[in-house]
Amino acid sequence: MSASASPAVAPAGAPAVARADSPGRRALRRFFRHRLAVLGLVVVLVFVLAALLAPWIAPYDPVATSWSRIRRAPSALHWFGTDENGRDVFSRVLWGARASLMAGGLSVTAALLLGVPFGLLAGLAGGWVDTIISRITDAMLSVPFLILAIALAAFLGPALENAMLAIAISASPIFVRLARGMAMEAKATEWVEAARSLGNPPWRIAVLHVLPNIVPPLLVQATLSIAEAIIAEASLSFLGLGQQPPNPSWGSMLNAAQRFLTQAPWMAVYPGLAIFLVVLAFNLLGDGLRDALDPRARGR
Amino acid sequence: MWGWLLRRLGQIIPTLLILSVLIFALQQLMPGDPAIIMAGEERGDPQVLAEIRAELMLDRPLWEQYGAWLWRLLHGDLGFSWRIRQPVGELILEKLPVTLQLGLMAFVIAVVIGVPAGIVSAAYRDRPADWAANGIALAGISTPNFWLGIMMILLFSVNLGWLPPSGYVPLTEDWRQSLATTIMPAFVLGGGIAGVFMRHTRAAMIGALGQDYVRTARAKGLPERVVIGRHALRNALIPVVTLGTIELGRLLAGAVLTEQIFSIPGFGKLIVDAVFNRDYPVVQGVVVVTALIFVTLSLIGDLLYMAINPRLRVA
Repeated sequence: MSASASPAVAPAGAPAVARADSPGRRALRRFFRHRLAVLGLVVVLVFVLAALLAPWIAPYDPVATSWSRIRRAPSALHWFGTDENGRDVFSRVLWGARASLMAGGLSVTAALLLGVPFGLLAGLAGGWVDTIISRITDAMLSVPFLILAIALAAFLGPALENAMLAIAISASPIFVRLARGMAMEAKATEWVEAARSLGNPPWRIAVLHVLPNIVPPLLVQATLSIAEAIIAEASLSFLGLGQQPPNPSWGSMLNAAQRFLTQAPWMAVYPGLAIFLVVLAFNLLGDGLRDALDPRARGR
Repeated sequence: MWGWLLRRLGQIIPTLLILSVLIFALQQLMPGDPAIIMAGEERGDPQVLAEIRAELMLDRPLWEQYGAWLWRLLHGDLGFSWRIRQPVGELILEKLPVTLQLGLMAFVIAVVIGVPAGIVSAAYRDRPADWAANGIALAGISTPNFWLGIMMILLFSVNLGWLPPSGYVPLTEDWRQSLATTIMPAFVLGGGIAGVFMRHTRAAMIGALGQDYVRTARAKGLPERVVIGRHALRNALIPVVTLGTIELGRLLAGAVLTEQIFSIPGFGKLIVDAVFNRDYPVVQGVVVVTALIFVTLSLIGDLLYMAINPRLRVA
């Protein structure tokens, strides 16, 4: 694997080498040629590591208040300064990565688990099953993502778990629609026709023959959805509907920072920068994956 | 065309009905007894609670509650705010013009930045101008707009002192002050959408520039300015117009946080305040109105698409 991804690969203009080359390996090579996507992957990994290692690498306790160190400007002692309760902003940003990445990763996973089976069912079954599932999907998509998430979170009550559930539900219709479209496309192909004529039951066709073929577009959409989910979690936490104080989350840190904009601007700069970087990284990664996995969709 | 329109409406009506069920069902997620929340200070009085329950029909079966709710909804009655003690419809109508002003300004900013950037980017494909435009667009899409808002307040209000950090003056009162209070939020709202417009315009232009008629125009010796401006752009803008109507609807969602940051008393601030006050009828009403606006806009988008693309009229 690493050999094919190394710079030893023939330059783009060279004629194709007649050598056994799996589609997966070719996709991987296309991905690694995409420098910005690799950069996105690296930044994502750095944030994941920061989130995982926060208890060991954070210089201070993220919730320990200190009345003698309130709103200190960034210094060698406190890289990102301290907040209105004397807590270390750098440590809180590190710990905040946990809430953001967990919300992004878990809610999109839940959205996939919720959306894909319904999409496959709608696409393969057709008829009234498809009509009902499609109309419900349309109904959910007719409310903008963030407003749906806010309304759901409001009725569920303020907590990080509820925010994640709200984001997962709001993000699922896009996966229903994607899986449905791909399943309908696959249903018309000869290999599914062949599998059906051999007497395979529908669930087996869905899981063994259709699902593997729709993984690439789902992976691309999931990556871009994580970016959206991270912004949504930050937005909900900013509104007080996500992570509850004193636990750190980038959104709630920005909410507190707004009140001290004149005295302590660093409180607002760093958590926002963290959201921006991680979202940018996921978007770069998603764009790169799209180019690598589905060259036809370029520029869409 | 008429057949298509009827089919489209035939899809919209069941969609809206299902949506009404979903929005009604939101109430069932609510922890605790709505009567107690609504009673406020008088929650200890069983007499008051019973009266509220009867009034809200909480003592009736669910389907009956839904039927009554839908019936009122169809008559334009969005319910009554628990906190502000005013009909929800009136509240929304009061706030909507503010958001409309903000949204239209943001939309203009997004189009003025995004569409030319997309054209330039496509014309100079894979050259520095294209990379720069792509980079800025991606940054715009990746910036959470509430953070951009805070950073702009920090720069233009706190450090430079050029613009008021928050508040709102209606257009009818003083248009200069009105623009001063809305220009930053409009830019925050429009910035991310400019990125979306840029990417779509670029993709559509690249598609159009690869067409035969563009090659013909070039072969005739037309200057590049005419080829791009008159031949490619006209065709490239068709999908962008449809997208525009959808993005206009999405501005409503962006307005929620932006209005909160800049303390602008619009539609978005209404839902946030309602969430804080646990004023559920207002939350529901805002979701209903947003969905109606969104569905109407996407229908208008489809109609515009048909109107400017004659090839689709027969379908």
